[in-house]
Amino acid sequence: MHVHRYERLWIWIGTITMMVFFAVLLVVSFGQGLAAPNHVQTIDPAKISSTPPFDHPGLRKLSDGTYEAYYVGQVFSWNPQSITVPVGSTVHFYVTASDVVHGFLLPGTDVNLEVMPGWVSTATQHFDTPGEYLIVCNQYCGAGHQNMFAKVEVK
Amino acid sequence: MNGRRLMLAHFYVAFAAFAVGTIFGLLQTLSRASAITLGGFFDYYKLLTAHGVLLAIVFTTFFIAGISTYAVYDSMPVKSRSTNVGWIAWWVMTIGTVMAAVTILAGNASVLYTFYAPLKASPTFYIGATLLIVGSWIVFFDFLLHAKAWRVTHRGERLPLPAFMATVNFLMWFLATLGVAVEMLYLIPWSLGWTQGVDVAMTRMYFWYFGHPLVYFWILGAYLAWYGMVPKMLKVPVFSDALTRVAFIGFLLLSLPVGIHHQFSDPGIAGQWKLLQTFLTLLVVVPSLMTAYALFATFEESAFAKGQRGFVNIVKSLPWNDASFTGIVLAMILFIFGGFGGIVNASYSIDRVVHNTMWVVGHFHITVGGPVALTFLAISYRLIPALTGRALWSENWAKAQVWLWFIGMSVMSLAMHIQGLLGAPRRVSDIAYYGSSEAAAWHPWALLTAGGGIVLMLSVVAFVVNIIGTLRNDERVGSETLFAETRANEAPPPMGLDRLKFWTVVAVALVIIAYAGPVMEHYQQHIYLAPGMRTW
Repeated sequence: MHVHRYERLWIWIGTITMMVFFAVLLVVSFGQGLAAPNHVQTIDPAKISSTPPFDHPGLRKLSDGTYEAYYVGQVFSWNPQSITVPVGSTVHFYVTASDVVHGFLLPGTDVNLEVMPGWVSTATQHFDTPGEYLIVCNQYCGAGHQNMFAKVEVK
Repeated sequence: MNGRRLMLAHFYVAFAAFAVGTIFGLLQTLSRASAITLGGFFDYYKLLTAHGVLLAIVFTTFFIAGISTYAVYDSMPVKSRSTNVGWIAWWVMTIGTVMAAVTILAGNASVLYTFYAPLKASPTFYIGATLLIVGSWIVFFDFLLHAKAWRVTHRGERLPLPAFMATVNFLMWFLATLGVAVEMLYLIPWSLGWTQGVDVAMTRMYFWYFGHPLVYFWILGAYLAWYGMVPKMLKVPVFSDALTRVAFIGFLLLSLPVGIHHQFSDPGIAGQWKLLQTFLTLLVVVPSLMTAYALFATFEESAFAKGQRGFVNIVKSLPWNDASFTGIVLAMILFIFGGFGGIVNASYSIDRVVHNTMWVVGHFHITVGGPVALTFLAISYRLIPALTGRALWSENWAKAQVWLWFIGMSVMSLAMHIQGLLGAPRRVSDIAYYGSSEAAAWHPWALLTAGGGIVLMLSVVAFVVNIIGTLRNDERVGSETLFAETRANEAPPPMGLDRLKFWTVVAVALVIIAYAGPVMEHYQQHIYLAPGMRTW
């Protein structure tokens, strides 16, 4: 099969570009801690209200500057509705849903999760800038989907 | 050629879905810009479901069935073969479409086109969607029967290039839709109340195993016109028969084992499987760049034939007065930006910033709404006259239509991408969030999105008027084939490229490599079935 010299060159350029993309991805995954979300943990969606720590959703202090936040999504609200953490805090989010699929997005951060009944989704965010952060549901969940949001206060 | 009425029947359903679906799209952009409030019959999420199903599934599948039937029947002439199987396919697809559409418009399936369980729609929605898919399998079956009939007088010959492209696309589609068919085996009994719960994570894995090749099904439908028909418009042969086949086999293999890149944010799938499928996703760069090369080489060859040299002269020498050609070139330009955005989405380290934001909506509007839809509209100005024998009503309206589409889609998609980068979520009827200051930054871009939507609607009107005008036009035209010849002196492509059974085995092997790990891992967990509910 005849392939023109320029086309060979073009295919090589493409192949090398692709390899560079992949190499960059490997570097940020393993060198900078931006690996693909890796949460494989189940929970009985019918028994969330009696499964610790989701029986008491909310913020837990691990140590100075480090927190865990447990969220439960149900149509059409997040529990807890609002949390407050000091500037410079690192927050580990653990999120599950009791009914249908929801989405957990903090615009302007790396926290962006699909939240499914039966599963726990996790993400970690370091809050350096004070302000009020919105949490919106970014997976369609029903008629009141646009009203489903919560807040993180950083001060 | 037999089957003209059959192909037209596919196109008419496609155009009807297109006209209705785009109106709903415009209403959604206005709702998000806080210009109107949708309620009652015009409930936002109902219209959003209808918009997605009518445009992403019905318009595309019927159009591709029509143009692929044209490719198969036109390039493999068979004397007096019945079109009954083709018509059975059309009826099954159409009945399924009507069932699903009526269920959606009655408000009983506001589950969006992804129908993620445990949102529970009425059974007729799932059954209708299944019939649409089964009907498309019968289209594929009809192609195989046609090839068999053609082989009687063409023993040992390779499939002509147009038939090869159409057949490979439907082979890929068949392998992909097996996934959604299995998903329906979970959802239909569950929606009928025969089972108590559904495995949410598995239904999503099946959906996206189908959902990614779905986008390649669309783009290969457009490539049929780009590789096969654009050279004819430029009066040059196909750039390379062999490389076209290589590219199509590349897409067949690389479109299936990658669905998890839509699920980077999902729980229940470990990081290493996401990494594996990211690598497989990026491989598609190679056949994509081959396609770009072949098309630009075709432009260059046509300019050289007219004695033109140099970039500016080559661009000037192209037939910009031809609406079909212009539309397809504009479609290609949109696709370049679609490709850039796709690399962002495929890289999970940056996908987490844009996942389920308006960025994604901007991306698929500049891909399926750009290169795919604009190619389909532009080539319709050739297909409808060729199939009806009636001349195009107005070349000028057609030219205006493709430019309006290009401008409207560029503006709308750009504004959507920016909203996404600012964090605006997708699939939300109203993005005000009760006066949140963060959300206020999204509003100007939502207005611009609506502006782009209005320009697109003008383009839709111009298209519909022109098609109706053409169907009522008494001026007659001939019906020469729309496909270009392959190069007479090209060395014949290696026969191995035509061994579709072999390539099917390779494709399935890649699917097993990509999915065996995550599926086995899934079944090692304790799976809680979700009962499902209607939340709208």
